[in-house]
Amino acid sequence: MSDVQTLTFVIVGLTFALYIGIAIWARASSTKEFYVAGTGVHPVANGMATAADWMSAASFISMAGLIAFLGYGGSVFLMGWTGGYVLLALLLAPYLRKHGSYTVPEFIDDRYASKGARVVAVLCLIIASITYVIGQMKGIGVAFSRFLEVSYEVGLATGIGIVFFYAVLGGMKGITYTQIAQYVIMIIAYTVPAIFISLTITGHALPQIGLGAMVDGGTSLLDKLDQVVNDVGFSDYTTSKRLSTLNMFFYTLSLMIGTAGLPHVIMRFFTVPSVKAARSSAGWALVFIAILYTTAPGVAAMARLNLMQTIEPVKGEHLVYEERPDWFKNWETTGLLKFEDKNEDGRIQYVADKETNELTVDRDIMVLANPEIAGLPNWVIALVAAGGLAAALSTAAGLLIAIASSVSHDLLKGVFRPDITEKGELLASRLAMAGAVGLAGYLGFNPPDFAAGTVALAFGLAASSIFPAIMLGVFTKMNKQGVIAGMLAGIIITLLYVFQHRGIMFIPGTSFMGGMPANWFLGIEPNAFGSIGAIFNFIVAFAVSKMTAPISPEIEKVIANMRMPKGQTTPAATD
Amino acid sequence: MDNQENGALAAYWRDNLRLIYICLGIWFAVSYLFGILLVDQLNTINLYGYKLGFWFAQQGSIYAFVALIFFYNRAIANIERKHGVEEDAS
Repeated sequence: MSDVQTLTFVIVGLTFALYIGIAIWARASSTKEFYVAGTGVHPVANGMATAADWMSAASFISMAGLIAFLGYGGSVFLMGWTGGYVLLALLLAPYLRKHGSYTVPEFIDDRYASKGARVVAVLCLIIASITYVIGQMKGIGVAFSRFLEVSYEVGLATGIGIVFFYAVLGGMKGITYTQIAQYVIMIIAYTVPAIFISLTITGHALPQIGLGAMVDGGTSLLDKLDQVVNDVGFSDYTTSKRLSTLNMFFYTLSLMIGTAGLPHVIMRFFTVPSVKAARSSAGWALVFIAILYTTAPGVAAMARLNLMQTIEPVKGEHLVYEERPDWFKNWETTGLLKFEDKNEDGRIQYVADKETNELTVDRDIMVLANPEIAGLPNWVIALVAAGGLAAALSTAAGLLIAIASSVSHDLLKGVFRPDITEKGELLASRLAMAGAVGLAGYLGFNPPDFAAGTVALAFGLAASSIFPAIMLGVFTKMNKQGVIAGMLAGIIITLLYVFQHRGIMFIPGTSFMGGMPANWFLGIEPNAFGSIGAIFNFIVAFAVSKMTAPISPEIEKVIANMRMPKGQTTPAATD
Repeated sequence: MDNQENGALAAYWRDNLRLIYICLGIWFAVSYLFGILLVDQLNTINLYGYKLGFWFAQQGSIYAFVALIFFYNRAIANIERKHGVEEDAS
């Protein structure tokens, strides 16, 4: 076992012991508060826990790597995954808190007085959440394959086992203090290597400043990067768009409204002590998320520059394959970094032209490989592994619990078997969880995209179904027929577009209508289509509601009470 | 809710909606407008080594989002007090 591997096991082991220790300590004193985690917790602490819950493998492992290769085009992730919190704080969180239900389907049932709407909401949530878990599985597979020095597939299989164990321990999700510890580990693991690298390259400790700083005398870091990537045929780092301006617009919008439509994020605001706390928790969550998100662009640009300069230290003199550094060999083992000596000169040529390019890099390895490429001490490399696993495992476990509670509580107990025993409900939720891990794990062997791309698809599905349903519920007098038709129209049209490109449930070979050009709708890619689905949702909902009966006076009271900060939470209305 | 409360709620809601429009206008401007639609024009301006459009897309919009939420929270608290609809102290 190499030094890095031993250190990784030690640090990952220690952090896990810490999380489990805190979980046990907190649980002993607060069993009763299990379902109302966060009550009495300060908004700053709740914000930190929300940030840990929300930042997943996509944010931690995958995003900076994608930006490193997309350049300016990667901005969609930065704006999309932060701007959604503005929508949450202004449009959803305070009203959901005032209304006072515990899950999203329950809220929809109360507001529209319709079991049908509840069932449709559960289905939308499950489809979006499973897609989200596939993205986490990809990240977990990458992390384990590197640190166990095995192939991606073996790494993923190990990951599936650990996620299942972790999620079944389960209740952890509700325990705010564990998530605070996870946030602290994650943010240290992300920022420490970034500071090291920024100091080395630019002399500034803060990557936020370092990214704009001067290197080699008169050129700025970003100008130099533009030049280095230009030299091998890529377009400018700072201006290359993701497909088109229109695509970037809808991609960003899709991620923003998806953020405000995902169940495990929204659920956090059901349980804070007051309407005011719901607003300020959203603000603090974004502060803690922004620390990582404003660091990521620096990480991305510096990782790209380091990679380019390792492969081609002096212009025209490419790295000799036999002299490649250790990190290169280690990542080759995983199958995620590949060299093919096309011109048989024994050197690595990395260029934009696919015909002559000899190096393929899976984008998802960049953040994990970055400290190794920069030659940072082994303990930093081990720390990054621990942070990445914390991000992936906490979010995967949180989502699995959201799926399990949707099936057992919202669907089984709420609609089909109201007389189910507590034991039966628990069994159903365990089975749902096992099913979800199995399915997501299986689909993770052929992920539809890089981790962040897969997660983007999940956001699109939530954006096209859940966000419009909740927003219309708060701000308009939408009726149940309208909301059901809208949710169905939104998610179906999004699923059709995504599956037509990527295969049914992303299974290779099942994409249909193969003859159509890619991104045929206004040049918008499937990952960005959720916002189009949401627009469809709104149009269909309004059209249908115009043709059907208006809401009852009881529901008008539910809406009035939800908007009114003063007073008690709403008792459920009946139709 | 009695009639007086209904009136207060309606007036509060109008003010709240106006505040939300203003905030979402800023939200749209810092991300979609400066970071995406006008990025090429803004990139001709240099800000401490950053192209300005690129800076909005990868840094500035995020800072603005954080500031915006805290601004809204403060402003809405004032509006609630003005109409006497603030939460009961808990």
